[in-house]
Amino acid sequence: MAATILAVDDSASMRQMVSFTLKHAGYEVIEAADGVEALEYARSNSVNLVLTDVNMPRMDGITLVRELRLLTSYKFTPMLVLTTEAAPEKKMQGKEAGATGWLVKPFNPEKLLATIAKVL
Amino acid sequence: MSIDQEMEEILQLFFEESLEGLDTMESGLLTLDGSANRETINTIFRAAHSIKGGAGTFGFMEISGFTHSVETLLDEMRNGTRGITPDALQVLLQSVDVIREMVKSAQAKQPIVMVGATALSGELLRILAQKGAPANSAAESAATNLPIPAAVPAAPDAPAAQAAAMADEPDASEAAVSSKSAGIAVNGNPPVGALEGWRIVFEPDLSLFKTCNDPMRIFDELANLGPLEVEAHTAKVPPFGELDPTQCLLSWTLLLRSAAEHARVAEVFDWVDANSKIAYEPIYGAAVSAGVPIPPAADLPQAPGQRPMTSSDVPAAQPASGKSGGESGSLRVATEKVDALINLVGELVITQSMLGRFAEKYEPQDIESLRRSLAQLTRNTRELQESVLQIRMLPIGFSFNRFPRLVHDLSRKLGKKVDLKLCGENTELDKTVLEKISDPLVHLVRNALDHGLESPEARLAAGKSETGTLELNAFHEGGSIVIEVKDDGAGLNKDRILAKARERGLVDADAQLSDENIYNLIFVAGFSTADTVSDVSGRGVGMDVVRRNINDLGGHVQILSVPGRGSTIRIRLPLTLAILEGQMLRVGKEIYVASLVSIIETVQSKREDLSCVAGRTELFKHRSDYLPVIRLYDLFGIEPDSRDITDGLLVVLEAEGRRVAMLVDELLAQQQVVIKSLETNFKQVPGLAGATIHGDGTVALILDVPGLVRTFLERQSMQLGRAA
Amino acid sequence: MTEHESAANEASASASPDAGDEGASQQYLSFFLGGQEYGTDILRVQEIKGWDTVTRVPYSPDFILGVINLRGAIVPVVDLRVRFALESAPFDTATVVIVVRVAGARGERIVGLVVDAVSDVYSFSAEDIQPPPEAVGTLDQMYVLGLAKLGDKLVIILDIERLVISSVLGDIKAA
Repeated sequence: MAATILAVDDSASMRQMVSFTLKHAGYEVIEAADGVEALEYARSNSVNLVLTDVNMPRMDGITLVRELRLLTSYKFTPMLVLTTEAAPEKKMQGKEAGATGWLVKPFNPEKLLATIAKVL
Repeated sequence: MSIDQEMEEILQLFFEESLEGLDTMESGLLTLDGSANRETINTIFRAAHSIKGGAGTFGFMEISGFTHSVETLLDEMRNGTRGITPDALQVLLQSVDVIREMVKSAQAKQPIVMVGATALSGELLRILAQKGAPANSAAESAATNLPIPAAVPAAPDAPAAQAAAMADEPDASEAAVSSKSAGIAVNGNPPVGALEGWRIVFEPDLSLFKTCNDPMRIFDELANLGPLEVEAHTAKVPPFGELDPTQCLLSWTLLLRSAAEHARVAEVFDWVDANSKIAYEPIYGAAVSAGVPIPPAADLPQAPGQRPMTSSDVPAAQPASGKSGGESGSLRVATEKVDALINLVGELVITQSMLGRFAEKYEPQDIESLRRSLAQLTRNTRELQESVLQIRMLPIGFSFNRFPRLVHDLSRKLGKKVDLKLCGENTELDKTVLEKISDPLVHLVRNALDHGLESPEARLAAGKSETGTLELNAFHEGGSIVIEVKDDGAGLNKDRILAKARERGLVDADAQLSDENIYNLIFVAGFSTADTVSDVSGRGVGMDVVRRNINDLGGHVQILSVPGRGSTIRIRLPLTLAILEGQMLRVGKEIYVASLVSIIETVQSKREDLSCVAGRTELFKHRSDYLPVIRLYDLFGIEPDSRDITDGLLVVLEAEGRRVAMLVDELLAQQQVVIKSLETNFKQVPGLAGATIHGDGTVALILDVPGLVRTFLERQSMQLGRAA
Repeated sequence: MTEHESAANEASASASPDAGDEGASQQYLSFFLGGQEYGTDILRVQEIKGWDTVTRVPYSPDFILGVINLRGAIVPVVDLRVRFALESAPFDTATVVIVVRVAGARGERIVGLVVDAVSDVYSFSAEDIQPPPEAVGTLDQMYVLGLAKLGDKLVIILDIERLVISSVLGDIKAA
């Protein structure tokens, strides 16, 4: 059974890039355009990993992580936030919200896959 | 789909997204000019952030590098550490232009030009280096061109938050433990031997597991660096009954044999070091130093890998090109329009089957039914036609939306204060008409700003408010769309125009011209009353092209002006190019169609209204004008009903500001006709704009009124030997 | 470039595929003009129709009768009799229009040709067609692909594309 990853990013091109990379590596990918969509999905579905951007409209990534951690099925799901090196405090905020770790943008497909492999 | 194709699609998506994001930034920045709005700044920031992230991911390092400074500036603005100044906004707007050009280059698979970007980067860095006070910062006076960034010393008390904000100066930020090179020990102790390994004491918080971080994973990673020995400490583990498996109750001492540098080792603990206690002890060959613990990995200097931009002598960045004025071969259609179309086709199918029944079996008493079905068919067809044309219709807002930026930049440049009002942005018109009217509109707006609106001082002196108003208005009227460009400026100076026209020999010294005729003189090629030719307008090459473009589209342009109060340019265009509101006319045995838009009126002439000049040019006195008479039968070689002008009808036509009277035998019905090209199978014929199919199946030719008028008048002037 | 040149370019841009077709025979539609029988590659013939009202187009040479409506398309009609400088016959219900489809530089064109009468469909192979002599009546040699003999009949095989394109795009008579 392939692992399922929930990819959250308000940029369609980024979502597709991530999706494309992960799918080719054999993962199943669910895409969401912002925190609200992701949370909606998460309430009735579980995944093996959550990958989320930080800056998104409606609900940002940090809030999403915090909200997800309140769901029983997501208490122990690895979550990674996508940050940029210009905002290191986001890493800490992510951590405080309960994120497993982070991935710094820009990242290349290899880095993405390697990082995911660390937690899945 | 192959991987390349998929990637290509994703790339295209990125380009489109980025261009949209840039538009969002631009319109957002323009609104910030007036009032700061938290949500707007956030939106602008997010857009820049997305573009930067995407560009980096997709390998467009020039774009991500440049956008980085923009993002930083925006970040400061959104968290309040920097006020929003007009200067900063201007630089940001220019940056948007630059990024747009870069994205377009990337999209066209061309090398990304850095020229404008380099200078602008310098400017951005200069601004960032100045501590931006939340209130009015020391802004310089508005610069129209990019100043060469002077060497500005960094503010002496640059806040400690330089790690993020000043990321462009990698050297400026403080390096905490610069443990890049092995062998630098804290406390200044000289190293002893080569680095052989690390002793790491890892004490995570109880809550470690809550973030799904698994120590095993960390150890595995560490083991990639070299042989690893792990020793667990179970002191904190309570009896099984009290054990909470969600808590991390263990700690470890790790012995790693590896020459990897501190940073590399610390990296493995990146995700967990905030909620753990980690002590690193380097182990050197031979003597093991007496365990001076190096504090946990300090923040490494942020080095995004940018070279500081060098400033250079480069002129202002290119102005935004706005929504493309060029033609594109595809349409984005609202799904509702397509749904409406599908419904109508459905109804058509029903009507068709109703009619089909009559083909099977027909009785004389069915004639009423048949009539009704045919009427239904007419309705269906008409609705279908309207619906299909609707699909090609786009709101004029697509063209209007380039104007806020244009007006903003131009008014700054000209030193004028302008309030731009846009009305009727949702008014729809045919895509091709929209594309073709965009450039003329730009010209008219530039003209209004340059010549129409006065400077703030002149306005005050004239008792007007400092800020002028420029209004773009669009609405439907009859079967046309009307677009108005209105300004409350100085209006057109009739006397000056007339004088200039006389000077150029365009008008006789003693000719009497109506106000409208005088205003229309500005449409003549090469005409301009501007004292100095600015590079904005005033070279006089624009207005004649504007009018020609409008006429070619089958439209009309009119000028209304009140001296001292302002001017209005009113453009009337057909809603679609494929269909013409036509007037059928007959000359001899031939039937032609003339566009209703060009027909002023049709009159019957009297002998006394006709006169002849120089034995050749016939003139018809129409109200107070003398109009040249075109004998269409003569031009086209047709045998008319009568050669006597008073027997026929004179159709007063207007094209390119000139009026003529065209002789025809009879006026027939007015109807909508579908324009078909003559060129597909035949060729272009002078005087004809196309052909259409009559109700009876025969072909009727459509007159090219502007062309006819043009050729006729040219011939005339050639015969008379003077400029028209 | 002059219109004549561009017309020639258009025609040669779509060179006749007949040459070099050894052995294989092609079909030709033949028609009469002024008593002489002519043939044209049948693949280019779209349809044959009766006479319809033609709308005159100004500034056209006299062999262009005008345009007609062919199921929604605006199609020019060339009077081949006039084009060949023969005596023009009146138009009536017996008049026949051959609608041909020729390829030009700018795409396909549909043109109608008025002839005296349509004759038959013949099959000729490349051997059956001999190269034309210098002058073929009043017709310029460049419009003739060759002469075919059928018994004691002579059929002049026309380069219909060249002929049509040059007719349609030819010089416009100034008013």
